[in-house]
Amino acid sequence: MTEQAVLEVYRYLPDDEAEPRFQEYEFAYKDNWVVLDALNHIKTEIDPTLSFRWSCRMGVCGSCGMMVNGEAKLTCEAYVRDYDTATIKIEPLTHFPVIRDLVINMEDFMAKLPTVSPWLIPAEDKALSDGEYLQTPAQMAHYKRFSMCINCMLCYSACPVYGLDSSFTGPAALALANRYNLDSRDDGQGQRADVVTAHEGIWECTYVGECTQVCPKGVDPAGAIQMLKLSYALDWAKSLVMPRGGKN
Amino acid sequence: MTTELTRPLPRSWWLQKSPYFQFMIRELTSLAVLAYSSLIVWALWSANDKGPFSTFFDFLETPLSVWLHMLVLVAALYHTGSWIALTPKVMVLWQDDEQVDPDLIAGANGILFLAITGVLLWLVL
Repeated sequence: MTEQAVLEVYRYLPDDEAEPRFQEYEFAYKDNWVVLDALNHIKTEIDPTLSFRWSCRMGVCGSCGMMVNGEAKLTCEAYVRDYDTATIKIEPLTHFPVIRDLVINMEDFMAKLPTVSPWLIPAEDKALSDGEYLQTPAQMAHYKRFSMCINCMLCYSACPVYGLDSSFTGPAALALANRYNLDSRDDGQGQRADVVTAHEGIWECTYVGECTQVCPKGVDPAGAIQMLKLSYALDWAKSLVMPRGGKN
Repeated sequence: MTTELTRPLPRSWWLQKSPYFQFMIRELTSLAVLAYSSLIVWALWSANDKGPFSTFFDFLETPLSVWLHMLVLVAALYHTGSWIALTPKVMVLWQDDEQVDPDLIAGANGILFLAITGVLLWLVL
């Protein structure tokens, strides 16, 4: 079954035009099309100059994040049939610089991720011959939801704090810090403190909560940041009461 | 070289989406606490007048004061409710390898709030 759809797509062609504009594309779509299918249809059948990122088409790679009718979405998970508006408005993710059309510059995000040391920092390094750092399923359950991030940046796009001040470390990076802090094999909470508790870190979050709402993987960055606030506040209190033994 | 386009957030960003608007309302309700604190400071200041707290007590009897108290109460309750709703995000508890139901944590905090409020009212009234 086919129906007509109209996509109003953000166009920015800096080599030819100084200002961005919207361009409408009308076409017949199939019931099982997602917005990404529609964009690919436009690119292959109507206008090959349209630029956008995508890769896996199955909600894993995190490449195809865009604003769909003002909401940050993975376009591979947004069905055209679910939008009953006359047109579906497609824009690049907000709060990021636009390189061309729907392609944003993600360098700021990529630079922030490693600042929280998103890797295991064990209390003591083991020799390879000593085997794995073992963990029970119950221990894994404590951090698993925070490990599901696919770096799609929808949370940054939904966060007005990041939109107002791009120095904010941001939801995904801080959720990742929490993921490692909660890992039973990790002892790096203290090492991450400088970045996580900096002015640009957890304390800049005012808990708008939209990062959690738009997350396609249920990571709950807003919750992670509140957990970090409590955890580091307790560390600080412990260091006051037990100056020598309060640190992790 | 390609020119990148930056798109600053407009001042009206909090009017663009319902959750942003609700967030701003939540933050604004904290001003109610500031307003009431100012009222109490004024009450202490008025104790230096002709009679202890006379100016303040006179003000409490005015319709403006009643409306102000109702407004502050609603704002403070809304703000308190938003904090109680937040508690399961911060207090992630586990029991026998199972995460405690977030609604249970928020509910327990709500009941605790009501109990403490009840005790305070019993002491004051």
